[in-house]
Amino acid sequence: MQAINFLKPNRDNIKNYSIIGSVLILISLIDVISNAFLKTNLTSFLPGSLTTLFPLILGLIGLNMMRIDYSGNKTLDLLNKNINTNNFNALLTLLILFSIIKALPPSLSWMIFDANISGDSKDACTGTGACWTYIKVWFRRFMYGMYPNEFHWRINTAFILVIALGFVGYFMKENLKKYLALYYVIIYPIIAYLVIYYLISGGSFGLQWVETGAWGGLSLTFIVSFFCLIFCFPLGMIFALGRRSNLPVIKYISICYIEFWRGVPLITVLFMSSVMFPMFLPEDFFMDKLVRVIIAITLFEAAYCAEVIRGGLQSLPRGQYDAAKSLGMGYWKMHIFVILPQALKLVIPGIANTFLALVKDTPLIFVVGLAELAGMLALAKTNPKWLGFAMEGYIFASIIFWIICYAMSKYSYNLEAKYKTER
Amino acid sequence: MNNIVKKFLPQILAILFVVLIFGFLTINAQTNMDNRGIDFGFGFLSQESSFDVQFSLIEYSGSDSYARAFLVGLLNTLLVSFISIIFCTILGVIIGVARLSSNYLIKNSAAWYVEFFRNIPLLLQIFFWYYAALRALPLPEKANAWFGVTYMTVKGYYIPSMVWENLNVFLYCGLAAIISIIILRNYANNLRDNKGKQIPVLLYSLAILIILPLLSFLIGGVSLDFELPQLKKLSKISYIYEGGISLPPELIALVLALSLYTSTFVAECVRAGIEGVSKGQKEAAASVGLTPNQVLKLVIMPQALRIIIPPTTNQYLNLTKNSSLAAAIAYPDLVLVFAGTALMQTGKAIEIVSITMLTYLTISLTIAAIMNWYNKKIEIKEK
Repeated sequence: MQAINFLKPNRDNIKNYSIIGSVLILISLIDVISNAFLKTNLTSFLPGSLTTLFPLILGLIGLNMMRIDYSGNKTLDLLNKNINTNNFNALLTLLILFSIIKALPPSLSWMIFDANISGDSKDACTGTGACWTYIKVWFRRFMYGMYPNEFHWRINTAFILVIALGFVGYFMKENLKKYLALYYVIIYPIIAYLVIYYLISGGSFGLQWVETGAWGGLSLTFIVSFFCLIFCFPLGMIFALGRRSNLPVIKYISICYIEFWRGVPLITVLFMSSVMFPMFLPEDFFMDKLVRVIIAITLFEAAYCAEVIRGGLQSLPRGQYDAAKSLGMGYWKMHIFVILPQALKLVIPGIANTFLALVKDTPLIFVVGLAELAGMLALAKTNPKWLGFAMEGYIFASIIFWIICYAMSKYSYNLEAKYKTER
Repeated sequence: MNNIVKKFLPQILAILFVVLIFGFLTINAQTNMDNRGIDFGFGFLSQESSFDVQFSLIEYSGSDSYARAFLVGLLNTLLVSFISIIFCTILGVIIGVARLSSNYLIKNSAAWYVEFFRNIPLLLQIFFWYYAALRALPLPEKANAWFGVTYMTVKGYYIPSMVWENLNVFLYCGLAAIISIIILRNYANNLRDNKGKQIPVLLYSLAILIILPLLSFLIGGVSLDFELPQLKKLSKISYIYEGGISLPPELIALVLALSLYTSTFVAECVRAGIEGVSKGQKEAAASVGLTPNQVLKLVIMPQALRIIIPPTTNQYLNLTKNSSLAAAIAYPDLVLVFAGTALMQTGKAIEIVSITMLTYLTISLTIAAIMNWYNKKIEIKEK
């Protein structure tokens, strides 16, 4: 039998190599796992830093021995191809594996095993882990802000109604489909506004008036991003068409508008809406802070929307314009019946991305004193009864936002893939 | 006739519309300011500001003018943007390359890193680092030394400061090294183009870069001392570090959040750039006998950079604009110092908000103009 050459494994001794290699890797994994989970150091007999490096060295040798090209064993080949192409790759693989194993027990015990969720005051949190009681007690505040508890059904109903109205397009009859754009651009925003105004604000139909100062939490995030989206889309369309216009005045006005809003940070726009804007309104004309903020964000996002739509307009082949013109269509006829239906279909993923950015930007309204989720967290954090739970609060908010944003980004990615194949 | 109307009527209407809006707003502002007894003007910039700023790069005290306070804020904004841009570039390139790795684990970890950090609003990330993570750090007296000389405490990060002697000699040496490297590169390029000879430029450049500054220490009389942060007792329970440089926790939280968040976007740009170079280029380069390193340096990178740089600059611009979120955690940047404190004291809303917006606009437009010029320069010239 050939002597085992540790440095250059070959196919002849594949059995020996793979067995010895996997045993070595197994030992190193056991060492790390026992270190992390059982807090016992199996290699304490080794001197100094060697005990920490021990699993790494062992694992590297093991992976090196298993690295046999075209071994004929499917699993082994798959492993070698994916995580074990050379020594550097093997080192990275081991480092990632070990750090995952090392990080698991503390985070798991903090989030689940040592955490508390029972009770309804700070005293219930006795463990060393997270205090989810805090989230449980404040949950309604985080979702609905200072909105009176007994009226939360009004927010829920309003949201359900608005979402249901948004899906009308799917169920519309074939002969009514041509009015879809009209519905979404003009009728839907008006209905949505009325629904939210009469249900959430109240003041008539026997519903009690709740001022916008009491709105807050995640529902405010949705309200703000919803209105900004439906208003910024038509505005963006106007400026996108304007920027591609042949008329110099309109073109330069559009360019100035777009470049101005794209050049300033949103936070200064919000400052503008809260301190500078009231100065520009007529005397005795009061405009609610929330309305001002929605107008400011709409103007801001419209510039980004315009650039996305312009991209769609530019990507249409010239032939479409020429064909429409040769049929004797004027500017508006050409755009409404030929150009925009095609261009808007192309920019749906881009618009979804803009909307994603918009949702991620809404926590900023906190700086002008509107208490959406981040604002409510800041409020709860300083409550003397609930000091010291900032970590739980921010992790909770991060998880919620992450789920929303991740779902949206996946959706826009799917849309992109769908429309790519169709062309 | 019909054509002229079609051409000019919309433009005249548009001008009229804009003029009407601006006129309406100006008249309102005028009446409002008259009623409240505020006058419009930028004279306040030279007045004494009488407020203090916690962290500033230049000498500043309450007796300085508002204009200087503006400068302090602007410098702080630029500082935090600059540091974050460096970190996010390093991270972004590493993650972007990792996403293209053949290793399943590395590829997926990088992908999850990107998905994780870019789907959480930046403001929440800043809050998380500032209010949750950095608050868990030890007090100054309990802090352990990192690398022996730096201290990470709840009051900030303390690092040694450098005390130079004959700094100018050292700087001249560095300058000389850079100039000689440029000359060497030109010479090497000429040699390669004309005679087909290759010299190891990188090795020579490294040697020059190390040897010249080293000479300045040995011959030029340059010396470098480190001033270490020392623990000092303020009162019975309160300790503080003195000496060295202290980086406030606000700065650290901002840099962490900004660079982690932006690095995901940079990573996507890098990935798109490298993927954008067609495979044929690599194979063609290899088939004419270039080594893998040469393929990367001479064929892949120049083409990938053309795709990577424009969107990456855009991300840097976004980062600079996003650094204005500093105001939310009281890092004294432009927005907090000028649009916050100074506005509160003077009440000059219109002037101050306009100046702040114009400053950001100037930064954005300048960088955009430079980028356009650069794009024109590097774009492929087809014959």
